[in-house]
Amino acid sequence: METICIVCPIGCRLTIIKDDTIPAGYVVSGNQCKRGERYGILEMTNPTRVITSTIKINNAHLKRLPVKTNGAIPKDMNFKCMELINSLEVQAPVKVKQVIVKDILGTGIDLVASRSME
Amino acid sequence: MEYDIVVIGGGPAGLAAAVEAKKSGVDSILVIERDRELGGILQQCIHNGFGLHVFKEELTGPEYAERFVDKIRELNIEYKLDTMVLNITEDKIVSAMNSKDGLINIKARAVILSMGCRERTRGAINIPGTRPSGIFTAGTAQRYINMEGYMVGKKIFILGSGDIGLIMARRLTLEGAEVIGVAELMPYSGGLTRNIIQCLHDYNIPLFLSHTITRIDGRDRIEGIVLSEVDENKRPIIGTEKYFECDTLLLSVGLIPENELSKSANLKLDNITGGPIVNESMETTVEGIFACGNVVHVHDLVDYVSEEGSRAGKNAAKYVLEGLGRVERIINTKLGKGIRYIVPQVIRLENIDNSITLFMRSDDVYSDVIMNIKLDEEVIKRIKKRTLTPGEMERVNIDMSLLKDNIAETLVVELDRGEE
Repeated sequence: METICIVCPIGCRLTIIKDDTIPAGYVVSGNQCKRGERYGILEMTNPTRVITSTIKINNAHLKRLPVKTNGAIPKDMNFKCMELINSLEVQAPVKVKQVIVKDILGTGIDLVASRSME
Repeated sequence: MEYDIVVIGGGPAGLAAAVEAKKSGVDSILVIERDRELGGILQQCIHNGFGLHVFKEELTGPEYAERFVDKIRELNIEYKLDTMVLNITEDKIVSAMNSKDGLINIKARAVILSMGCRERTRGAINIPGTRPSGIFTAGTAQRYINMEGYMVGKKIFILGSGDIGLIMARRLTLEGAEVIGVAELMPYSGGLTRNIIQCLHDYNIPLFLSHTITRIDGRDRIEGIVLSEVDENKRPIIGTEKYFECDTLLLSVGLIPENELSKSANLKLDNITGGPIVNESMETTVEGIFACGNVVHVHDLVDYVSEEGSRAGKNAAKYVLEGLGRVERIINTKLGKGIRYIVPQVIRLENIDNSITLFMRSDDVYSDVIMNIKLDEEVIKRIKKRTLTPGEMERVNIDMSLLKDNIAETLVVELDRGEE
């Protein structure tokens, strides 16, 4: 299968071929770096994405606090993750990297603030 | 009021410029920002992918901004918020106003322009039809959703495949809206390919290339649009009309460098980039006025904006402290086949330390071409390129040793289909 690597802005055009004779199960070509190979294999086996969104914040100069998962979570959990995010509310002040939800949906990844707000 | 350096605009370009100028030994610096906080448009870009070059990690826009804002505070660089610059003169008097100081005139020894860019609106692209509410630029919608906490609609069509439009397609989908399609006038996308994948393909949002909107329907609120295919001259093809019901239309149809102030200072603008003509030091055609970031040309990565900001800041400091070399020989950059623009437009060798970076875009999509860098007629560097697209900015580093002993007057970049 052909796809484009989204790890960095270079956007290498990857060709991924199934090969059961090697441990990874897939041969990736077209990548310019190791991370591209990892992405290619992961995309075939368990595609993951970082989720970024906002939650309600009270007593700040803005109404929304930007948040992100501090690592990629399985792609098919995106909307479930958003449902949880939409139910959250915090009070200012908040520091960047402050954990808002630990181990979100049992993924081992935390939801954290992506800016400070007084 | 007097400062050595006045920076106009507290976004990524201006902040990087101020930080670098301070580090280079200038203490008297003022950053002027018209918004209520520093950081510029990054504050509304809550998606991640920023900072891979500068910080070697993936940050969101606000995180990226915060790192620079922290540096501004650490270095005790002065800034004024909620302050609007009204005018700059050629002798570097900056007129600004806010509700606390009223109208102020600031005398600067050097000025750094970093006002960024603005979005093209419906008026700029002439879409026929009624004029209902529910039509936003993608960036305005982004600010409403990500900062102010308002949702813009439920059933959304997006015109233009610039990065902001693509990113908003994903953002709106995650927030529960239905994005029914993205249309692009050109036969290729205007955004980064990685954004096509992670914003459209991931959510099965169709992309209509070589299409445009030929009618908008709705009286009070937009009710639908007519989409038509276009021919090679970008004219709608009769008979290809498709109707889409929608309550919201986002426009992501290009950005224009924001140069009203540059005009007041009588800078020469490049009519292709829309930004000021700059030299190797990011100095404009007026001595001591520098420019960096999207006010010069629209970048696709903020990392490169910061890099350009640093270069402007460093050179503005050098100008204030010791003066810039003023000039034995000037090399003008020239557009060869396939190249739409090059920044900087002017190179003065005596101000370059080791190498110079040229930024450029191609005028079309090319694959497997050779990029030739020529001094007058002589090729000094050849770079193989697998793909070039106008949506992705190219950076080319040229080593000083290649330029030094040459007496050429123009540096040409051209694309060559080549035999290699």
